[in-house]
Amino acid sequence: MSAHAQKKKNPIWDWLTTVDHKKIGILYLATGAFFFLLGGLEAILIRIQLLYPENNFVGAQTFNELLTMHGTTMIFLAAMPLVFGFFNAIVPLQIGARDVAFPFVNSLGYWLFTAGGIMLNLGWFLGGSPDAGWTGYAPLSTTSPGNGVDFYVLGLQISGIGTLIGGINFLVTIVNMRAPGMTFMRMPLFTWTTFITSGLILFAFPALTIGLALLMLDRLFGTQFFAAEAGGNPIIYEHLFWIFGHPEVYILILPAFGIFSEVIPVMAKKRLFGYSAMVFATALIGFLGFMVWVHHMFTVGLGPIANSIFAVATMLIAVPTGVKIFNWLFTMWGGKVVFTTANLWAVGFIPSFVLGGMTGVMLSVPPADYQYHDSYFVVAHFHYVIVGGVVFGLFAGMYYWWPKIFGRMLNETLGKIHFWLFFIGFHLTFFPQHFLGLMGMPRRVYTYLSGQELETANFVSSIGAFLMGVATIVMLWNIIQTSVAGKKASNDPWDARTLEWAISSPPPEYNFAQTPLVRGLDAFWLEKRAGNKTMTPAEPLDDIHMPDSSILPFMMAVGLFIAALSAIYSSWAIAIGGLVLTFAMMFLRSVIDYHGYHIHKEDLPSEGVDGK
Amino acid sequence: MRRWKNVWRFLPLLAVMALTLTGCGNEQLSALLPQGEGARMQFNLMMLSLYIMIGVFIVVAIIYTVVLLKFRRRKGDNEIPEQTEGNVTLEILWTTIPIILLLILAVPTVMTTFALDPDEEKIPKDAIRVNVTAHQYWWEFEYPDLEVKTSQDLYMPAGEKVYFNLKSKDVIHSFWVPAIGGKMDTNTATENLMWLKADEAGTYFGKCAELCGPSHALMDFKVIVKDKKDFMAWADKMKAAKGEPEGDLAAQGQEIFQANCIGCHAIGNEGSNVGPNLTSFGDRTTIAGILEHNEENLKKWIKNPQDIKTGNNMPQFGKQLSDDELDALAEYLMGLKVDGE
Repeated sequence: MSAHAQKKKNPIWDWLTTVDHKKIGILYLATGAFFFLLGGLEAILIRIQLLYPENNFVGAQTFNELLTMHGTTMIFLAAMPLVFGFFNAIVPLQIGARDVAFPFVNSLGYWLFTAGGIMLNLGWFLGGSPDAGWTGYAPLSTTSPGNGVDFYVLGLQISGIGTLIGGINFLVTIVNMRAPGMTFMRMPLFTWTTFITSGLILFAFPALTIGLALLMLDRLFGTQFFAAEAGGNPIIYEHLFWIFGHPEVYILILPAFGIFSEVIPVMAKKRLFGYSAMVFATALIGFLGFMVWVHHMFTVGLGPIANSIFAVATMLIAVPTGVKIFNWLFTMWGGKVVFTTANLWAVGFIPSFVLGGMTGVMLSVPPADYQYHDSYFVVAHFHYVIVGGVVFGLFAGMYYWWPKIFGRMLNETLGKIHFWLFFIGFHLTFFPQHFLGLMGMPRRVYTYLSGQELETANFVSSIGAFLMGVATIVMLWNIIQTSVAGKKASNDPWDARTLEWAISSPPPEYNFAQTPLVRGLDAFWLEKRAGNKTMTPAEPLDDIHMPDSSILPFMMAVGLFIAALSAIYSSWAIAIGGLVLTFAMMFLRSVIDYHGYHIHKEDLPSEGVDGK
Repeated sequence: MRRWKNVWRFLPLLAVMALTLTGCGNEQLSALLPQGEGARMQFNLMMLSLYIMIGVFIVVAIIYTVVLLKFRRRKGDNEIPEQTEGNVTLEILWTTIPIILLLILAVPTVMTTFALDPDEEKIPKDAIRVNVTAHQYWWEFEYPDLEVKTSQDLYMPAGEKVYFNLKSKDVIHSFWVPAIGGKMDTNTATENLMWLKADEAGTYFGKCAELCGPSHALMDFKVIVKDKKDFMAWADKMKAAKGEPEGDLAAQGQEIFQANCIGCHAIGNEGSNVGPNLTSFGDRTTIAGILEHNEENLKKWIKNPQDIKTGNNMPQFGKQLSDDELDALAEYLMGLKVDGE
């Protein structure tokens, strides 16, 4: 097959079968954005219900479904795929590779994630969504009536497999596919955080897999792992969940740290301050992230020794995180900082995240946590970390890489309106929640009684949430408007430092016509300072070998989806049919030879490495 | 324009001030107004950690402000700044200073963690002990040494440590009395032990803090702290209480109770413990922990409990009992007073 034949495909078939990391990145970003809007809508409904005491906008049961789906959607179906979207769209470009190590697996990861995401949301149409919280603690989850929690268990299981193989793929890609000259200590920080995050995924997700499998066995097959009356113990589930759950926080925040470490140096026109300290801080955070899960369980009654050990370990994480904050500040110190929208998110992130870090250290103190735990103080804390950290990071990444991914600039004025509305709305929503918690409001309550002095702060909090909603509409308008009539992006609109900016926007399907030679950290910046317009190639122009696209990953995901859905309704014959479909696709993948195809060097544009 | 932007950065500060002006919450509920030894120890640690963290925040804020004001690119300035690689002294500085600050926090943290944990062997023999059992969506309090049982209203003496054995009958709940001393989970497979010590007599609010089903938000209880003498007198009266009706209507109500309710509810020693014990029902200040305490609400509850607490386990009696029977039953239950104040 020639490159020419490739271009004539039906677009829907093309997107279903693509193995191109850039297209898969766009798929992840689009799906993640859809779920982000859905989770945001759920948040708005939650805040309408809590606008007034004893409000009756949604009932108690619906509220529990909303809070469960808001948390689950935002973590697993919005933040995770958006992070993976940037991994896919950017990391292979940043390391000078033509694709990820396993393009087929990459596609499979995306389709499994999507199948799981749809499964999770089926409850809205099939008689009740999951209602046991995003943590799904047993026995509440094992005894929850209806099929809601089944959708949670199997949906997360399927999307979890997708995430796990995605993580493995990026580990292998970053280890093996870096361009000549790009040693580990010359990798851009975003690639570093992707690498460490992928390692965290590799070790954290299996714990979730086990926890969910045990829940599934209890719910669908009548085992009693978490039933106290039969000798089971639900605390086991809490441990399994948080052995996964705490690293998950770092799986989300480290890529955001990576994005800030790209945006800030570019916008300050200055090399990242303390590069090696940043790398080691990231690795240390990732390592310590596995040592602290019990701080989510201080009130479970594990005793003062366990609580003290995990308290001190948790405090330690503040040290490398602080190192990062100071290094970002000193990157800007002495620089010439430009306040583009991307940089506004980065600059807005610093005080917001420091506040989240402050409450994080406060939460690490077990006796004080006996008050904070499961109160609105915790809600405030983790939204400061996840919105003020992860979401700000994703927005920074969006405004920064949008021109590279889509070839068009976003509107800066609309972007700044989006930032300010969101920033103000965010603090207005979550700052008062610290006080609500300390004033005695538990989290996950569908209402509160009047006369307990909780009214004012709840009202302010809801107003803030509506502001964030308005900000999101501005963002959507920005995307729509610039897609129709936006300015075309140049190769390097920000005068940036890393390899992805050395090629055209959007990049050609083969990324680099010739693999670039990397001569130091901030490789493209170095070439520009040396007076070169493009990277120096590391190889002569030659035919480029490309992987074949395939429908098999999509079909494997469909098979698992059918199997899980039928298992929930105990239609075992169809469930086995679904599994057979998946295994048949795996068999086909094993026996059919995929030779790929070549883009001939005569078909490549003549300018060479920049791929124009 | 530039000045205007900086004004917004003070927004959180304004929010703090606004909230400080509105106070620290309800004194029966708020952890910010500690009224017991445990809550005070917890509050002191909160403040210590907050002060340390505010110190850190101020340092960050100063550097941040300088950066934002001094190092912006001016129009027409296309010079490339010096590409500094880093600074080892600074890195060491901002690694070691936080470690020292955290040590200052860690020592009292560990000490308090141990101080708050009751040592079974050191509990005095005459200490008041309470077995707390959490149910969807109500609380059962049993005083094994005093042979007394209550539900929803937890009575305890002021000025001494009271020890609680916590467990749950169905799903995990969490027993939280913010004003007196924090929370602990009630698990299904294991028992937890904690203590509370209230300064003075008074009524405090308790809450369930762990998501336990649709009516999690409504699983409130009261903590009624009495002086030791009054508490012991209350316990004696509770032990003696038989739930005798006062007046004809109430006597009729008692018969209805014994025909319909005793399968789940107990008064004194008689009846079952599936539902809340009602020995001192007339002393309560709320119906089902949330509604105003009057006959009308009581009847509403008995007719259809699902309307008030979604997902609770009490059957509806709206069809079984006539309005007259409900009147009699309510009269009887509201008359079950032990405290007599």
